[in-house]
Amino acid sequence: MDLKLKIWRQKNAAAKGKIVDYDISEVSSDMSFLEMLDVLNKELTEKGDEPVSFDHDCREGICGSCSLQINGRPHGPDGGITTCQLHMRKFKNGDSIVIEPFRAKAFPIVKDLIIDRSAFDRVQHAGAFISVNTSGNTQDANATPINKGNADHAFDAASCIGCGACVAACKNASAMLFVAAKVSQYALLPQGQVEREMRVTNMVSQMDEEGFGACTNTGACEAECPKGISITNIARMNREFIGSNLKS
Amino acid sequence: MKIGANFPAETPEGPIEDKWTSYKNKIDLVNPANKRLIDIIVVGTGLAGGSAAASLAELGYNVKAFCFQDSPRRAHSIAAQGGINASKNYMGDGDSDYRLFYDTVKGGDYRAREENVYRLAEVSGNIIDQCVAQGVPFARDYGGLLDNRSFGGVLVSRTFYAKGQTGQQLLLGAYSAMNRQIARGKIKMYNRHEMMDLVIVDGKARGIIAKNLITGELERHSAHAVVIASGGYGNVFYLSTNAMGSNVSAAWKIHRKGAWFANPCFTQIHPTCIPVSGDHQSKLTLMSESLRNDGRIWVPAKEKDVKAIRSGTLKPTAIAEADRDYFLERRYPAFGNLVPRDVASRAAKERCDAGFGVNATGEAVYLDFAAAVIRYGKEKALVTHQDATNEALVLELGREIIATKYGNLFQMYEKIVDENPYETPMMIYPAVHYTMGGVWVDYDLMTTIPGCYAIGEANFSEHGANRLGASALMQGLADGYFVLPYTIGNYLAKDIRTGAIPVDTPEFAAAEKGVQEQLERFINNKGSKPVDYFHKKLGKIMWDKVGMSRNGKDLKEAVEEIQAIRDEFYKEVKVPGDLEGFNEELAKAGRVADFLELGELFAKDALNRKESCGGHFREEHQTPEGEAKRDKAFQYVAAWEHNGAPRDANLHKEMLDYKYIEVKERSYK
Repeated sequence: MDLKLKIWRQKNAAAKGKIVDYDISEVSSDMSFLEMLDVLNKELTEKGDEPVSFDHDCREGICGSCSLQINGRPHGPDGGITTCQLHMRKFKNGDSIVIEPFRAKAFPIVKDLIIDRSAFDRVQHAGAFISVNTSGNTQDANATPINKGNADHAFDAASCIGCGACVAACKNASAMLFVAAKVSQYALLPQGQVEREMRVTNMVSQMDEEGFGACTNTGACEAECPKGISITNIARMNREFIGSNLKS
Repeated sequence: MKIGANFPAETPEGPIEDKWTSYKNKIDLVNPANKRLIDIIVVGTGLAGGSAAASLAELGYNVKAFCFQDSPRRAHSIAAQGGINASKNYMGDGDSDYRLFYDTVKGGDYRAREENVYRLAEVSGNIIDQCVAQGVPFARDYGGLLDNRSFGGVLVSRTFYAKGQTGQQLLLGAYSAMNRQIARGKIKMYNRHEMMDLVIVDGKARGIIAKNLITGELERHSAHAVVIASGGYGNVFYLSTNAMGSNVSAAWKIHRKGAWFANPCFTQIHPTCIPVSGDHQSKLTLMSESLRNDGRIWVPAKEKDVKAIRSGTLKPTAIAEADRDYFLERRYPAFGNLVPRDVASRAAKERCDAGFGVNATGEAVYLDFAAAVIRYGKEKALVTHQDATNEALVLELGREIIATKYGNLFQMYEKIVDENPYETPMMIYPAVHYTMGGVWVDYDLMTTIPGCYAIGEANFSEHGANRLGASALMQGLADGYFVLPYTIGNYLAKDIRTGAIPVDTPEFAAAEKGVQEQLERFINNKGSKPVDYFHKKLGKIMWDKVGMSRNGKDLKEAVEEIQAIRDEFYKEVKVPGDLEGFNEELAKAGRVADFLELGELFAKDALNRKESCGGHFREEHQTPEGEAKRDKAFQYVAAWEHNGAPRDANLHKEMLDYKYIEVKERSYK
């Protein structure tokens, strides 16, 4: 198929960016979206132009590197997947495709379609851990049974891949779903109880410092999350946060 | 007492089950006040690097950790699906440290060091305890206890898992331990930084040259020890299940500076991957080995059915049972579809080479869940008091059960192939997945360069010639959490008076100059072909001549051809952009340059090893039934010393002695 691509090009963080048009032909429907961009980049390189920079690594939907806003939607038109799992059979001959980076104040653009998501890392430094040393004398893994329901919910929260689609989908660029998933994982497990209150307070405060917006419960984050993480986690984090503040 | 970087490795005295404990008691300690004066560089933040960085920082050392990704959490350990082994014996099926040790040595076709593998089995239980304490959400049963499943090549259930994303959950655990140390200021994290070279001062590893991938600037970083945890080199084949950025460069740079490289030809070709769909293919996707618990592998028994399937006039579901060849069950009745990976991969290749492949390229076999769907469906109908003779109901119930077990994998398959695996069998074919070979290390995990360590997939590891499923995660975390943090004391105890290592020295300047010159050479080269052109060309030679089965003639040709591509690469490569700023093509050029050298050594190693064992199959060395024929004369680790061109590398043999396991024919029949 032949396609018209409209791609955000920006030299670096300081430069001004713009949408540039590219025509691409003979795209196979079996290609992944990123393989289609590989073909474009090969053509650009051979012509002596600079290829389009985008983040990608595992190309199987788990590392969370890829991050494109495709026709206005994080990770494109298909649901429950990341951009690297999107295939060209979702498009048809003659389509125009607008490709932009995820837009959020807390995710500054590095180059073209690459953004800086280190704000997510800093939120995790603030409390996304359990303080346990690597002694080899930790208690036996089966010493504390964990109710299967809680264990499963903790897993569901922990399946977040840190891609940032929730922030990109939110009209306020809020990171509540991401932070809530981390807080929930630990709040649901017995191991996370000791630092429970300190954790939510510190992580929320770091989240605010990073410049993410407020949550107004539109649910766009849940709708666009490639791992289907539920906004129930946001309700849980609000409860954790209020509980923690009331006690302090 | 100290082993250091002596070759061959010395291992502790005493019975095998006491070696590690008694050795640990004698390792030199560094007092807490002195640890604050010692810096350690860790390159790579996957399971091995992440756990090592966290544990070393926790002990009090100053750690600088580097990853080329934008966050440590994106290292490719994240993509491991199936699980992690541990000899907990929670299932009460007779598991023990010895059995895990035995299975791993046998699975590796008797090409691993006994003492290292026993140590791995010994600490495997600690890993599970540690991960649970960190909040890793492993699968549990209704009683709240941890669940286990079974993997290929073993007869017990010892694999712990977190649905189909065990790697992500374990890596997030290691990353959370890093976060705690980053918050304390004990780990300084360098994201989007790539190690470009090792700096050696007075014969010791004292630092690295790193490139900031955002600004393009070169940086000098010094330390008292350097730990390489940069993963495997499967991408030398261009197409593999590795991430796009996975590369050999850190390991190759230290090899060029004096670290010997062991068993490069030991590569794991995983049997269950989604087949190649066309020339545009950028990477291959693994379907977890856990699928072989319930999937049956087959091809049509008749050539006319193969033709009809390829032309689209026949559907696989329409082929009668009698006309199907379940070739693993036929050849290996004892282990059936759960034979080890090397055996399953070769058997699939044998059928496809014989003309029975089921897709357009002739390189695919079926992985069929129809029998499992009916089995589960009937059972469910019986226990819920429904009509077990109602076929539609049985199918519906069976598919529900399969969805709870493998739902995410089935969804991934459907998105890529556009076929519904609940209704028609999956198509699979072997693909490069893991590299057992790597940097040679001693019992302390130190390379032949004093102060330079290699851990995880980057070292030549405990997996011998073939890795069993769910063992890679175990080894990465064992090295990082429970081995290196102890053994590194042996070396660092002598460094407490050294003080900070300066970077304004001739050694750092020379290393930086070398890196700068190579980068400039790429940018200024007036070639016409992009980096990928050469990478694909290398990959094709590796796959065709150094792949699943090898022979002397092809291997000799491969050595020549790879050298020719390397020459062409330096003449013809075209790298756009400039030295400053983010330039992915420039980063790729450096990585492919190293693959072009490694590939040659890889072929040379395969040529040298005139036997078949594990993932290394030499056509000249097989039994009349087509099984691998091992040779006692090759019961050694081949450690290669850099000596100019890869073809001129010097071979050093570490003979392997088996005192606790009888070396037998490795049979899964």
